[in-house]
Amino acid sequence: MAKKIKIIVAKPGLDGHDRGAKLLARIFAEEGMEVVYTGLRQTPEMIVAAAEQEDADVVGLSSLSGVHNYFFPKVVELLKSKGLNDVLVVGGGIIPIEDYDFLQKSGVKAIFGPGTPTMDIVSFIKSNVRAR
Amino acid sequence: MFDEKVLEKIKGGKEKWDQGPVAKTLAKAPEQKPVFTTISGTPVERLYTPLDIAGLDYERDLGFPGQFPYTRGVQPTMYRGRYWTMRQYAGFGSAKDTNARYRYLLQQGQTGLSVAFQLPTQAGYDSDHPLSMGEVGKVGVAVDSIEDMKVLFDGIPLDKVTTSMTINAAATVLLGMYLALAEEQGVPWDKVGGTVQNDVLKEIICRGQYIYPPKPTMRLTVDLIEFCQKHVPRWNTISISGYHIRESGSTAAQEMAFTIADGIAYTQACIERGMDVDSFAPRLSFFFNAFTNVLEEVAKFRAARRYWAKIMKERFKAKDPRSMMLRYHVQTGGVTLTAQQPLNNIVRVALQTYATALGGAQSLHTNSYDEALCLPTQEAVTVALRTQQIVAEESGATDSIDPLAGCYYVEQMTNKIEQEIDDYIKKIDAMGGTLAAIEQGYIQKEIQNSAYRFQKEIESGERVYVGINKYTMEEPPPTNLLKVDMSVGDVEAAKLKKLRAERDQAKWKAALDKLRQVSQTDENVMPAVIEAVKAKATVGEICDVWRDIYGQYRPKEFV
Repeated sequence: MAKKIKIIVAKPGLDGHDRGAKLLARIFAEEGMEVVYTGLRQTPEMIVAAAEQEDADVVGLSSLSGVHNYFFPKVVELLKSKGLNDVLVVGGGIIPIEDYDFLQKSGVKAIFGPGTPTMDIVSFIKSNVRAR
Repeated sequence: MFDEKVLEKIKGGKEKWDQGPVAKTLAKAPEQKPVFTTISGTPVERLYTPLDIAGLDYERDLGFPGQFPYTRGVQPTMYRGRYWTMRQYAGFGSAKDTNARYRYLLQQGQTGLSVAFQLPTQAGYDSDHPLSMGEVGKVGVAVDSIEDMKVLFDGIPLDKVTTSMTINAAATVLLGMYLALAEEQGVPWDKVGGTVQNDVLKEIICRGQYIYPPKPTMRLTVDLIEFCQKHVPRWNTISISGYHIRESGSTAAQEMAFTIADGIAYTQACIERGMDVDSFAPRLSFFFNAFTNVLEEVAKFRAARRYWAKIMKERFKAKDPRSMMLRYHVQTGGVTLTAQQPLNNIVRVALQTYATALGGAQSLHTNSYDEALCLPTQEAVTVALRTQQIVAEESGATDSIDPLAGCYYVEQMTNKIEQEIDDYIKKIDAMGGTLAAIEQGYIQKEIQNSAYRFQKEIESGERVYVGINKYTMEEPPPTNLLKVDMSVGDVEAAKLKKLRAERDQAKWKAALDKLRQVSQTDENVMPAVIEAVKAKATVGEICDVWRDIYGQYRPKEFV
């Protein structure tokens, strides 16, 4: 039997909107993943430290305060610097479509905007996560 | 309200109708859904009749506007005398950018200001703090010192507008700056009007802009209330907020219940400080959400008005009628907006505005249709403001007070929501009060469960959301979005550097030392805060004094 997918759900920066992050944490768990929710006010360093410590397969970043272009690439960069190249990074929140391209080029594999069915997110993760 | 005999007749008639025409129709064609529910998940019957409100006592349960229990409104003439205050929450970029937006809004007929501060300011950090990186000027205006505040209100006389400031854990600091600025403008404090949100409990429950642990943060909240009661009599000292509770996923009844639970906690804390209930309660204000289900929202507002009046009278023994009046601001539901087919949001906001008007609010912010995508553009803000003006001046909703009173549906829903509020308050009392319920994660979990239920309903298609799970279509990516310049952060950092170099160092140090000393005693901190902001101490510096003394709050996560 394959090992469970381990996912860090993180809220970078000062943003307090955590309805989506918490909801997804619950749904990921129901879908058989092992979930670590970091809580609010995470720096990229804290998020990557959690990923490293937990040996996470996936990092899910949620931002609704417009800081995605600053924080998301930083998380990817730091993961790489720790040699965690195969950790799947995805993001969601209030993110203008015109920023998707930049974020994807920076290594965020997918961005999920408002109204995305949660099962789309689950199946994207399941089909793109590293082999375990 | 109804004669027994009349009720008997209606009962007979209803039974016949159920067994006759209804049964016959259902046999031919079932209804569209097996169960109809409000957006909160409350079941809705096919038909409401006097039977559903048979126990309603007009004098006891409804009364007259401006009279206990205020079900029908808090003022005797309501919108016939004056419309609600049209107050758009706004702030982005630098103080200068936001000042221009304020002047525009006032020119367009807005009647009050509402300041959106950037997250660093709300969390008590200066713009150049490491945790502020990427956040400066993003979802609100950057205010670090009184110098920014001066620019923010440039050309706006503080005795001519009222200002609402969404600031909570750092409310004492920003109010301090506002009062110092009033002094500079030559406006006496008893002519200054407005509101600070100052509601730290809901930050811990759901909004996330906390700084200090519950006890010391409550001390600052009560200090502000006490200070204003003595020196700034027209200031609304707190805006006890259900808005964010609803945004986080609660039902309508939970929104009202948990907000009232917070209100009870603040009232209790002020009384424990030694204040007489009637000395501060008239200046407590509230802040709620408005969703699209008009009838449920109207019922929710009426139920909360009636329940709060009874709490103040019966539990806290208030005597001044103003202490019993639930006065509130409303913001239309941010979370109801869709990124898909964004123009549809104009319709949602219009319905929510209509619900607000029928519900009897004192003040309203209408969201802009593009807010699921970005901060609103000027065009979108204008439509939002016009929506209020159309509902106020064209729809007729404002001509007669509480026009839905007596509607069987709305009255029974009002009763039902009040009952739900009461059940929650009793449960929270039994847990040891609001702080204990928050500490145990009870309130947070209740909200999360409702959010989860709603999400499941949307994804199963059981509940229709236009543009999300029905009537979807391919659309080109949206254009014309507002973007905040990333360089604001550098500009603000440079301004701070200059401020720190140029201010009177001795005066600054003395003011912060004094604040530190006072904060370790039971003395009210407000005078020392005002001296510190005048000495150009920054938001971050003042909040750091308290971080040192009180520590920082780290929530337990309940997922």
